[in-house]
Amino acid sequence: MSSVGLLAILMIYLAFLFVIASWAEKKRNSKWTNNAYIYTLSLAVYCSAWTYYGSIGVAAESGLSYLTIYLGPIIIIPAWIVVLRKIIRISRVNKISGIADFISLRYGNNRFLGALVTLVCVVGILPYIALQLKAISETFHIVTRTSSSSNILNDTTTYVAIALALFASYYGTRYFDASEKRKGIVTAIAMESMLKLFFFLIIGVYVTYFVFDGFQDIYDQASVLENFAERNTIGDFPQAINWFFLCMLSMFAIFMLPRQFHVNIIENNREKHIKTAIWLFPLYLLLFNLFVYPIAWGGNILFAGVNVNTDMYSLHIAQLFDNQFLTLLVFLGGFSAAISMIVVSTIALSTMLSNNLLIPYGLIGKLKSEEQIKNSRLILNLRKIGIFCLIIIAFFIYRYFALEYSLVSIGLLSFVVIAQLAPSFFGAILWKRGSSKGAILGIIIGFLICFYTLLLPFAIGIANLESSFISEGLFGIELLKPFQMFGLDYLDPVPHSFFWSIFFNFFTYVAVSIISKGNYRERNYAEMYVDIDKYITNHENAFVWKGTAYITDIEKVLQRFLGKEKTKRALRIFNMKYDIDKDTTMADARLIKFSENLLTGHIGTASAKILMESVTKEDIISLPEVLKILEESKQNIILNKELTGTSRELQELSTQLRDANELLRKKDRQKDEFLDTVTHELRTPITAIRASSEILHDDEDIPEKLKKQFLQNIISESDRLNRLIDKILDLEKFESGKQKIYRTENDIIETISKAVKPLQQLLTNKNIDFKFNDSQYEVIAFYDEERIIQVITNLLSNAIKFCGESLGVISVSVSKNDDTLIVNVFNNGKNINMEELDAIFEKFYQSSNQNIKKPIGSGLGLAICKQIIEVHKGNISAQNEENGVRFTFSIPANKF
Amino acid sequence: MKKILIVDDEPNILMTLEYTFKKKNFQVYIARDGQEALDLLKTELPNIILLDIMMPKVDGYATLEMIKGDEKLKSCKIIFLSAKNKEVDIKKGMSLGADAYVTKPFSIKKLVEKVNELTEG
Repeated sequence: MSSVGLLAILMIYLAFLFVIASWAEKKRNSKWTNNAYIYTLSLAVYCSAWTYYGSIGVAAESGLSYLTIYLGPIIIIPAWIVVLRKIIRISRVNKISGIADFISLRYGNNRFLGALVTLVCVVGILPYIALQLKAISETFHIVTRTSSSSNILNDTTTYVAIALALFASYYGTRYFDASEKRKGIVTAIAMESMLKLFFFLIIGVYVTYFVFDGFQDIYDQASVLENFAERNTIGDFPQAINWFFLCMLSMFAIFMLPRQFHVNIIENNREKHIKTAIWLFPLYLLLFNLFVYPIAWGGNILFAGVNVNTDMYSLHIAQLFDNQFLTLLVFLGGFSAAISMIVVSTIALSTMLSNNLLIPYGLIGKLKSEEQIKNSRLILNLRKIGIFCLIIIAFFIYRYFALEYSLVSIGLLSFVVIAQLAPSFFGAILWKRGSSKGAILGIIIGFLICFYTLLLPFAIGIANLESSFISEGLFGIELLKPFQMFGLDYLDPVPHSFFWSIFFNFFTYVAVSIISKGNYRERNYAEMYVDIDKYITNHENAFVWKGTAYITDIEKVLQRFLGKEKTKRALRIFNMKYDIDKDTTMADARLIKFSENLLTGHIGTASAKILMESVTKEDIISLPEVLKILEESKQNIILNKELTGTSRELQELSTQLRDANELLRKKDRQKDEFLDTVTHELRTPITAIRASSEILHDDEDIPEKLKKQFLQNIISESDRLNRLIDKILDLEKFESGKQKIYRTENDIIETISKAVKPLQQLLTNKNIDFKFNDSQYEVIAFYDEERIIQVITNLLSNAIKFCGESLGVISVSVSKNDDTLIVNVFNNGKNINMEELDAIFEKFYQSSNQNIKKPIGSGLGLAICKQIIEVHKGNISAQNEENGVRFTFSIPANKF
Repeated sequence: MKKILIVDDEPNILMTLEYTFKKKNFQVYIARDGQEALDLLKTELPNIILLDIMMPKVDGYATLEMIKGDEKLKSCKIIFLSAKNKEVDIKKGMSLGADAYVTKPFSIKKLVEKVNELTEG
């Protein structure tokens, strides 16, 4: 493949990345870009060209130790639930833009600390970027079958690097606000994670199953190679310790590498995504590592005796078999891995450079403009230039320092440098006593040791000086031998450097923090960090600040970076949140913090603080006073919680009281309604009796026939009245539980016959077709016969009343299963309204149109039926059927 | 001859009232519920209507409203006849436009007096 051809393919690929990022930005609110899988895949930016190429080299040369940089993250993953979430909360609430912001804010928003952390990161990550460029260049040369030229201008890869630098500086600054999520880029990174994994698996499968015959085959062939045994035994104690420290190193890296901090924390949208990451990320790492070993040893087998860069085995194998397409795929996978690392790292680093170094230490003067657009553009350009320069410098590092080293050794060097942030980083969220002095001194000392034990020897090694420095130590002092300080001689250079640098770093941090207390501002932030969960909802309240500040001044500052509209909106939200009158002139601590947060989102914590300080006048508060205020607010929070708890209890009680009251009132109303209904019903027969009596009394010449009729009226209405009174009393007794029933063994067929007998005449008179099989075999059950007769009589009377006018049909049927006796009374009358099917059984039933329609159940009969059945521990209901209505009751049939 | 329409769902009450007013030389029409009454009123125009309230299908209130809303019928006098005898019921009945409200149980003598009073002239 020609250089030009490959270059063209790379350009297309980069264009593709732009397209993905644009598409994702447009869809920034959809679930395609906002889900836990994109989040987790973006974390896989951890796997750069080091993973893709470098680990193969390690596996080929030193066996299983390539696993250590994956074991660390996997082991620490359970801690993510607590630690990562805490960091995400703190960062979200304070609008943190990078790890320098995070650390410096904690220690009192210390500008110097922020700059220091930035420098450490830059020194640490430049070699890492260099290693990516090294991988790209070397693989480029392999694929195009060219060799790298010592003249930098003749080398195509130089131009690739320049193209990448230009690409990254535009791509990474398309969306300005540092704390605004860059969903586009994150999605592109996630896509690249899939791509690189996919291509890596392809080459893995190819090597394992096409070149060889599976894992076993590779193992068999490899085990005969001369150095197989020694490279693959997990040796003795020293090696275990080495491994231990390497794991620890990668544990730190997964938190503190700037690019990891960026994707893990700043680009996180939902805390619950962590839950998916916890299993998906280890799974990804596992998959990636699946074929490292076979490729490495496959390479060793195929290239035994040939001098080939073991890092690039995957590429070489593909080329060996003249598989042009596969070679290209492998190359693109590696390229993806490298470019995603470069993009995210340079974004993170340039943000830190602008926010924590350049602006606070000089360029803040340039941000004087009143216009938001001008200020934004200035910051944007600053970052663009930053990214470009970083990549070019990294390229030079690669060409002049890193040419001879393996990828892994450069990578581990980066890890050790970044690890210097660990004590102050973890101390920030776990230890309230940690002070800024401790952090600063710790980092400086750690870095110096790391420089002495690792960076310097590396540099010297490159220069190829025969060094007595290395073999005999500084000034010939044995204890100061860079690779064996203080006599520790069984650690490899990297773990050795890691151990001593972290040891002194940590010790200094703790000692200095204990000896010298931090100032009140540190203490305030210490509270807000370590106890973030307590303060998260009213974060601004936790900020202690006393002094004078005018809201209009603050507004002006905010407008310079947010613009007029956003500033107005933000202040409005603030006033609403804390119920503040919009005409207030003086700002309080909460507004100061709120405004500082807003500015941080644009220019970082350090510069935000500078700007706020320029428009406010702070009173000095002593540390004891701050502690007192913090203590008070903590008490208030606890008190608040208790009060909320009590008031909630009170609320519940009052709701219960209200409900009980309602119930009582309802019962009262129901009683009144019942009385109304009852007296109305009683008055009706009385009216007939009275009227008939009056006629008989006053009219002397009333015909005999009529006289008899009226007398009959009186008699039957009197009976009716009597029955009514009985029913009411009955009902009362049932309801108050005074009614007893006597269950005896009975035959329901007989019982029904008994109930039908008095109604027989009526049935015949009304021409009703009555169906009941009274000659069937007996059906025995336990019940109070008299009462059940009452029920059946009632149901039949109802049926008679409502069955069809001309062709009335009533049918009674019985069934018994195991323990239940069921009786049905069907009539072919009109269907009952759905809403009334239950209500008709109620004593207090009033139809939905109060007092307008005559209630169907005003006869009380059904209410009594229900009482009787329920005292029998049964059920009664009415159902509409196609051609009529069916009443059913069921009662337990057996002796209790 | 004065015409009277008696509307009540209780057959025994209906019987006594029918007898009473026939005796008093009224032309008597009877209906057992509001629907029947309204159907009857399509063709007949009584001088006075005795209207029960609690009836199935169409009750007394609805019937009265229909009557009062009809051009032809609104001149009919209406007496509500009901066992609902609370003050609020009487007020309601009167406010709907009834000419009188007689509670059950009633005295026949007094009822006849009232009817005569309202159909005088």
